[in-house]
Amino acid sequence: MALTLFDKIWAEHRVKTLDDGRDLIFIDRHLLHEVTSPQAYDGLDRMGRRLYQPALTVATEDHVVSTRPGRYGADFENGQAMLDTARRNGRRYGIAYFDANHPQQGIVHVMASEQGMVAPGMTAVCGDSHTCTLGALGAAAWGIGTSEVEHVLATQTLVQAKPKTMRVGIDGCPPQGITAKDIILRLCRQVTIGGATGHAIEYSGSYVRRLPMDGRFTLCNMSIEMGARIGLIAPDETTLRYLEDTRYSPLHDHREAALRSWADLATDEGAIFDHEMSLNVSALAPQITWGVTPDQVVDVDEPVPPSESEVARRALEYMGLDAGKPLLGVPINIVFVGSCTNGRIEDLRTAAAILRGHRIDRRVRAFAVPGSQAVRAQAEAEGIAKIFRDAGVEWREPGCSMCAGINWEFVPHGERCVSTTNRNFVGRQGPGARTHLASPAVAAASALVGAIADPRRL
Amino acid sequence: MPEEAKYGRGRCCVFGLENIDTDVIIPQTELVTVSKSGLADGLFARWRYKNDRIPNPDFVLNRPRNKECRFLLAAANFGCGSSREHAAWALTEYGVRAVISPNFGEIFFRNSIRNGLLPARIAAADYRCLASLADGEGGIDDMIVDLTAGQITVGRLTVPFSLDQVDRMRLLTDTDDIAETLLHRTDIEGFVAADRIRRPWVHQTLWEG
Repeated sequence: MALTLFDKIWAEHRVKTLDDGRDLIFIDRHLLHEVTSPQAYDGLDRMGRRLYQPALTVATEDHVVSTRPGRYGADFENGQAMLDTARRNGRRYGIAYFDANHPQQGIVHVMASEQGMVAPGMTAVCGDSHTCTLGALGAAAWGIGTSEVEHVLATQTLVQAKPKTMRVGIDGCPPQGITAKDIILRLCRQVTIGGATGHAIEYSGSYVRRLPMDGRFTLCNMSIEMGARIGLIAPDETTLRYLEDTRYSPLHDHREAALRSWADLATDEGAIFDHEMSLNVSALAPQITWGVTPDQVVDVDEPVPPSESEVARRALEYMGLDAGKPLLGVPINIVFVGSCTNGRIEDLRTAAAILRGHRIDRRVRAFAVPGSQAVRAQAEAEGIAKIFRDAGVEWREPGCSMCAGINWEFVPHGERCVSTTNRNFVGRQGPGARTHLASPAVAAASALVGAIADPRRL
Repeated sequence: MPEEAKYGRGRCCVFGLENIDTDVIIPQTELVTVSKSGLADGLFARWRYKNDRIPNPDFVLNRPRNKECRFLLAAANFGCGSSREHAAWALTEYGVRAVISPNFGEIFFRNSIRNGLLPARIAAADYRCLASLADGEGGIDDMIVDLTAGQITVGRLTVPFSLDQVDRMRLLTDTDDIAETLLHRTDIEGFVAADRIRRPWVHQTLWEG
């Protein structure tokens, strides 16, 4: 029978099918961070259970850590208590723990991929909805709640019904300056915020095959913004080249066996998906959100859409925008470049190429937060950090930072931010924060202009 | 009946907005804790309070007749976004027993089931029907949620909700999921033993953290 890539990975990890029809699925990689793990460890302790597979479990610090230069922890008391708990639990259970100053630390999804902790064909979970990012490696990776974190700690499995499948074929050759972020924002608009709920999305097509890994991570990262817990891309030469350079890549010690095992990781000809859709990106413009959900997206040079529904009216009220007026030229206060969506080296290069030799507008504060220590080191070696600093952008330490504001790095109340992150929900970047999601190119161009700007017109 | 005691009868508050995400249910400033309890104060904090934690009288949960809110009726895609289980913990601690919506964010749905909070899926037309019953304070009196029958009743109106049998049993019996899975320990250990040979790179990790 012709199978999809996801069918194959699922089947390979099925320990058994339970009487109720759900599958008991083995988890190859369990990634932990400080915010969603403490109550799970507590549960283990209370029940006197052990951590079944510490060697498959790895923890880092990203959400609560300060990104202030020179940090080693959180900038507020509760946050530091949370980090202390996470560090203590890491030691107690004997798992690999990458603390804020470890040279391999990073936002959990950025770290796990660039260090080669996750590889094609694996299952990976984390108490974080953006775990779908890791599907770019040809893995099945998804976000879970803390009760399921506890379940994986104790059993290295999850009990789950198999999700439905959706294939998104992306074809065409986008114009210069259009990035994976524009493509995924466009897709969010097309699919809508709940449109892929219950599905695992496979991204395919000629655009995806040409896309470098950093862009593939951006694409898979926002699968959850359409409701899909899983987004994945079949591994190919690009994936293997990326893995060659990672520290813990299976290619170092198990090359032949791993390559043999991965050879079949593609959707068979004629395999059936529950849903199929396609997108041609040949004439795509830079994309930006105007509202408070990631599917409220327009071309950057389109006007704000009419407020025909209550949802749109409330979104525009929160955002302080008028229906029918252009978004271009709307003054901004903050620019944020970073996150598990756009905190990789290629994202920083894109922004730096626009900023090089210029100063950001004096009304704007801009922050560049690398996704990991490795990204930071590379950006500093390439001179990107210097370009940011010379342009007036604050260059900071790795972490989630202003994407979710859990570390109290906020967009101030009522201020407007062009952000390379993944969610523009009400209050996501801080109480009263107004977020416009966009690519690093749009973010950098907007920082220079002091208003929402089109990078094609600089 | 135990389910009568657990879900039962009471007032339902209506949230007419679609896509109420978990960042709104429990904002980031409310979830930096290592405990599952104490989160109810932060539930819908940005809507519920004005500055200095003064209750916002306009917010539906703060209106006089809604003080004892047992159920929420919400427009489509409730609980989308972040995986934070704090959203389910905050709702249950506040006293909410069921959220009724045309559909839910998937991680929130799983988290709810794990915490005894019923996520009841209803047809979009039934949502509109129920929402139209809201009184001047945005609530519906005397709603009955019958988990066994899979029905929601208000006066003479009864609408069905969907929930698969396993989730229904999970809510009725308060199962220890980990204990259930550990009944299959031999199968899991067998899988691991075979997998170590089949995919040694998965198991031989040399992380330096």
